[in-house]
Amino acid sequence: MIGTILWVLRRDLRLAQRRPAELAFALCFFVIVASLFPIGIGPQPELLRAIAPGVLWVAALLASLLALPRLFAADHADGTLEQMALAPQPFTLIVVAKIIAHWLTTGLPLTLLAPLIGLQFGLPAEATGVLVLSLALGTPVLGAIGAVGAALTLGLRGGGVLTAILVLPLYIPALIFGAGAVEATVAGTGASGHLSLLAALLVFTLTFAPWAAAASVRIALD
Amino acid sequence: MLQVIELAAARGERLLFSGLSFTVAAGELLQVTGRNGSGKTTLLRILARLARPELGEVRWRGQPVADLGDPYFADLLYLGHAPAIKDELTAEENLHYAIAIAGAPASASAVRAALAEAGLAGREVLPGRALSQGQRRRVALARLAIDGRALWVLDEPTAALDAESTDRLRRWLGAHLEAGGCAVVATHQALAGDGLPLARVRTLELGGGK
Repeated sequence: MIGTILWVLRRDLRLAQRRPAELAFALCFFVIVASLFPIGIGPQPELLRAIAPGVLWVAALLASLLALPRLFAADHADGTLEQMALAPQPFTLIVVAKIIAHWLTTGLPLTLLAPLIGLQFGLPAEATGVLVLSLALGTPVLGAIGAVGAALTLGLRGGGVLTAILVLPLYIPALIFGAGAVEATVAGTGASGHLSLLAALLVFTLTFAPWAAAASVRIALD
Repeated sequence: MLQVIELAAARGERLLFSGLSFTVAAGELLQVTGRNGSGKTTLLRILARLARPELGEVRWRGQPVADLGDPYFADLLYLGHAPAIKDELTAEENLHYAIAIAGAPASASAVRAALAEAGLAGREVLPGRALSQGQRRRVALARLAIDGRALWVLDEPTAALDAESTDRLRRWLGAHLEAGGCAVVATHQALAGDGLPLARVRTLELGGGK
């Protein structure tokens, strides 16, 4: 059972390694969108510091949305997803493996890049640390919720836009707690409350989202 | 081993077939024929539990497959229209991951042997995008040589195959039936022949007469 998860993980990571451009798209998007704000607003350190948490989080959210079609669409088109659904292991576990692989190639690089972008906004060191922590907890939430959206729109024309409309409202709690944690640190009130709620959200979505995504993929295959 | 009872399937509003019953015993092959759109693929997908029938039931070793769950998939090898070959992976990696995810990981040498048996010796490290349609199909079919399962459900396995590869498929099917397996194959091509005795093949025509 664990074996299958590891194989799916290895396969997806190998595939990501073979098409590095797709990986780079989401990261470039994140960097560019987040960099446009300091350029557009100009040298107003106070204002930039105040909007940094929200802007960085929204940029991360949009970048992870951009990467969502990669999760199932290609495997659906060439029949691989069908074969995965026929594996003698619970399909939900395979979906979990795909979500983990997806996070390792999208969410994790985003998280690691964030401090660099934080510099542009003049975020203090402590707030940058919290930003990284909040993204580390938050990006798996985005990936798991996104997996449900990507699965629901499998095989539909214009699925990408539909995924965005379905998924973005569900991203709001993660955005509130994630950006809230960084804001609270900047304001000096402590981020632990926000981070705990974000961690709770992570546990909750990782429990239910893979199951819902697996069921949706099965419906798409029918 | 495989038993289909009063099966009915529809595509949208249109009824494809109804009251379909047959059994496939160990050592037997059922060839499904019928004009395009008569429901061959739908029937095979129902057998593989990828699609749900409107009515009726499929039984495997006497038990309804709907209740059997994952153990049924351990006995089933389904190859659909799409060969499930990744452009970015080599022929060897494609086969390796396919069988590993299907729960039957094999050593690198066994994978290479299976590819060689499928006539792909020397092509192991070619990426999927460099393979022709027929070669992709052969990589997918190489699973038959390495992944011994009791029930094979093959949808148009001879599509894009040359005569030599079709003969090879016959031999694999023959050996599989000889070993007590069973198979359901949708194809228009005459299957019985060298290595696959006519006595083991039964035909089911969908659409038209049953």
